[in-house]
Amino acid sequence: MINELFFMNGYEVYVLSAFGFTILSFTALYLVIKIQFIKEQSKFLIKFGSLNSEKANSAKSQRINKEILANATNK
Amino acid sequence: MFKFFEPNKIFQVTSKAPKYVLFLFIIVFSIGLTEALILSPEDYKQSHAVRIMYVHVPAAWISLGIFSSITFLSITGFIFKNKNFFLIAKSLAPSGFVFNIIALVTGSIWGKPTWGTWWAWDARITSMLILSLFYAMYLISWRIYENEEKVFKVTTFIMILGVINVPIIKYSVDWWNTLHQPASINILSKTSIHSSMLFPLMIMTAAFTLFSLLIFLMKYNTELIKIKNKGLDRL
Repeated sequence: MINELFFMNGYEVYVLSAFGFTILSFTALYLVIKIQFIKEQSKFLIKFGSLNSEKANSAKSQRINKEILANATNK
Repeated sequence: MFKFFEPNKIFQVTSKAPKYVLFLFIIVFSIGLTEALILSPEDYKQSHAVRIMYVHVPAAWISLGIFSSITFLSITGFIFKNKNFFLIAKSLAPSGFVFNIIALVTGSIWGKPTWGTWWAWDARITSMLILSLFYAMYLISWRIYENEEKVFKVTTFIMILGVINVPIIKYSVDWWNTLHQPASINILSKTSIHSSMLFPLMIMTAAFTLFSLLIFLMKYNTELIKIKNKGLDRL
């Protein structure tokens, strides 16, 4: 049973490389998108921090900006 | 009519959803892998090589589905001048492209033990390769064009041209003599695949759908924050 599971009648190289490639692609795509997201989020925090209080209040009046700040600071 | 699709409203959901989708994906993918690699039976002809189907087929289905969705969103966004539709379409593209590549690579790996070759210029495989070129052109267009109006026009044009290829991919195995086998799963007619293989295939399709949803949500949030970053510059 265990032998058959790992050696798959000689097809293990094909099967495991297909699954391996899929998992590798998933991981790479997830990491690339996650890094892009973190970069934009940090850019937002830096830009928001550099605003004076009047502009910061005006920016905070938008619900979406409030959400971005809340999500970024919750981490 | 499209008030539901306003970024301000959507962001409340999309910003919180990824962690739940990731959790669900890990569970469904783990079940799918167990089913596909351990519990499902081997094929009487292809033996264990048939297991490649569980990653190849869902990847091909989803890449085609995403391509059609992007086309629909681009055309609708263009007609109704709705920028958010373009943003949703742009956020779907990375996962669609990656699934297209997975379908091509795993198909090639599957081809070696079953057909004796890594690659054949047959109608199904070539049309899938053409699809990946349209995906690449679409993604590159978003990078090279700065002007919003221009990028909307160019990407819509690319998708309209590319979507002609979708029915060609679907029916290529019926219209021409190909190495690729005809469809085993049909919605309108009888499915020729046994339930012991259909079940893991459906689980893996669900897992892949969840993964594309996860990537879409993360990319969409990134694009919205990017827009808001530009907005802060203008304050």
